[in-house]
Amino acid sequence: MSTPEATPGALAELPERTAARRSVWRKLWRDPMGRWGLIMLAAVLVVIMIGPIIFPFNAQTFGSSAASILQPPSRTHWMGTTELGQDVFRQVLVGGRISLYVGLSATLIAMVLGAGLGLISGYYAGWRDTILMRITDFFLVLPTLPLIIVLAALFGQSIFVTSLVIGLTSWPQTARIIRSQVLSLRERPLVQRVRSLGAGDLRIMRVHILPNVAPLIFANLALVLSGAILAQAALAFLGLGDPVQVSWGTTLHNAFNSGAMSEGAWWYVITPGVGIVVMVLSFSLVGHSLDRVLNPLRQGGK
Amino acid sequence: MTARYLGRKLVTLGVTIYVTVSFNFLLFHVLPGSPVQLLARSGHFNPAARAQLVKLFGLNHPLLTQYVIYLRDMLQGNLGFSYAYREPVTTVLGGAIGNTVLLVGTATLVTIIVGVWLGVLAASRAHSLRDATITVGSLGLWSMPDFFTGMILIFVFGVWIHALPISGLMTPGLSNGTWGHLVDVGRHLILPTVTLALVNAAEFSLITRNSLVDVLVEDYMLTARAKGLSRRVIVWRHALRNAMLPIVTATALYVGMILGGAIQVETVFSWPGMGLLIYNSVGQRDYPVLEGCFLLFAIAVIATNFVSDLLYRVLDPRVRRT
Repeated sequence: MSTPEATPGALAELPERTAARRSVWRKLWRDPMGRWGLIMLAAVLVVIMIGPIIFPFNAQTFGSSAASILQPPSRTHWMGTTELGQDVFRQVLVGGRISLYVGLSATLIAMVLGAGLGLISGYYAGWRDTILMRITDFFLVLPTLPLIIVLAALFGQSIFVTSLVIGLTSWPQTARIIRSQVLSLRERPLVQRVRSLGAGDLRIMRVHILPNVAPLIFANLALVLSGAILAQAALAFLGLGDPVQVSWGTTLHNAFNSGAMSEGAWWYVITPGVGIVVMVLSFSLVGHSLDRVLNPLRQGGK
Repeated sequence: MTARYLGRKLVTLGVTIYVTVSFNFLLFHVLPGSPVQLLARSGHFNPAARAQLVKLFGLNHPLLTQYVIYLRDMLQGNLGFSYAYREPVTTVLGGAIGNTVLLVGTATLVTIIVGVWLGVLAASRAHSLRDATITVGSLGLWSMPDFFTGMILIFVFGVWIHALPISGLMTPGLSNGTWGHLVDVGRHLILPTVTLALVNAAEFSLITRNSLVDVLVEDYMLTARAKGLSRRVIVWRHALRNAMLPIVTATALYVGMILGGAIQVETVFSWPGMGLLIYNSVGQRDYPVLEGCFLLFAIAVIATNFVSDLLYRVLDPRVRRT
């Protein structure tokens, strides 16, 4: 791949947007990592969205007798049953939505905060930058999962609070990345020229800076999303999940606490676990691939 | 390294720790839903008992006074009193901290060695099949929650082939300090360590690979090859040294990650460290212990960052001279 290096000076204009966007998708598809990530992601989404319609899960379907609990996979229960005689396969199909929902809303919060702060910090530079980056560094240093656990223990464990808590702790890295990119963008001749023509700060940020950091935001989004899904799973596994909305982490929590491990009930553990791994892996494949495709430094080394 | 630089760094360290301690106060004592307020507001008390409780925790003082008392207690090493253990938090933490250091320390050692080695293997043949295998394998491992990896290892090594102990620190009943006791603890240590190291080594190998790939295309690498140096010497001596900087930075952030992993792994393997303590405190709503654990974790990460900053300066002559 031989992308021309941006030459300094007046010619180094910001790229044409639509063409650039289309080429990002094409590059992503041409990269094996990106392609497999997209294929896996599509598969997961189809299973999560359509699966529960075909195989609805009824939380009240408990086993009618002792013989129906912790059953190994069979024709009636494809992935066996839980310690309460519930169908593991159906429970996992429904649980995926909750994991994805929490992941997405947490990521949305993190992106708005991270990209917003990064944009302001990088664009204005100076004292605003100093203060915002001090705050960012402080939150960057705090150990994330312990902080999430503490917040969840203090403020409750509904999926709404969980999303909020994960979102509020996942933004610092994004802020850092966006800021450094904006810092270099604001020095570009185009931005300087537009400013001398009288464009306001908000307009410059919206029209000239934001579209150019957007790909970077998306690459980062995929990675933050996989981190958020992992965080939610860990939280639910540790018993801080929403007791009503059973996510994959909650199923694993129940499996662990009901002694399914010593009973050798592997189906109870593997099914939700594989769900988490496939979902997280597909997002991180896409994220890493985007990072590779978009990072101008990496493109030189072939 | 100039004394002035070190002094400035120390001041920053002090300020960061102070802010962390204050943040802790905000979390556990000021925000609505803080445990002490919940306790005092609970409906199960008659007014007299509530008044006593409010006085005991100093809630009758204005917030600023409470803050000053809190800071004074911190300076005296008083982290409060555990609800569940009915012992000072420091005593409870003291019994757990060593086990966590043992687990996290061993896992870190394994992580760095295996991770850097895999990263070098991948980068030295960049864009080859080997590189792709290691990169995708690392991403796969990275995508596994620590607790899930632990549960799989328990199934394989504990339930199916009964090869290794899967729970606790040692077999009960062994006398302390004997050789057999040491071996026993070592055997208990294997699975938790492997679990923690798997996920984190994956992350390390990715960072090492990317950093090394960037260095290997530099002009001085071509010079080194032109001088007739062997590939091995070029990669391990010349390139890796220059690729170390991002790895050192990553180590600082890594500490926060491995502590998060330790909570999950200690829970799965009932390893009696601070992670298990956090898990139990959450279950028992033992907030003083939770607060102490979080504070200790935060300070551990801050301290590692401090050391890594200094190390960065030692390793990078360009930064050292400025």
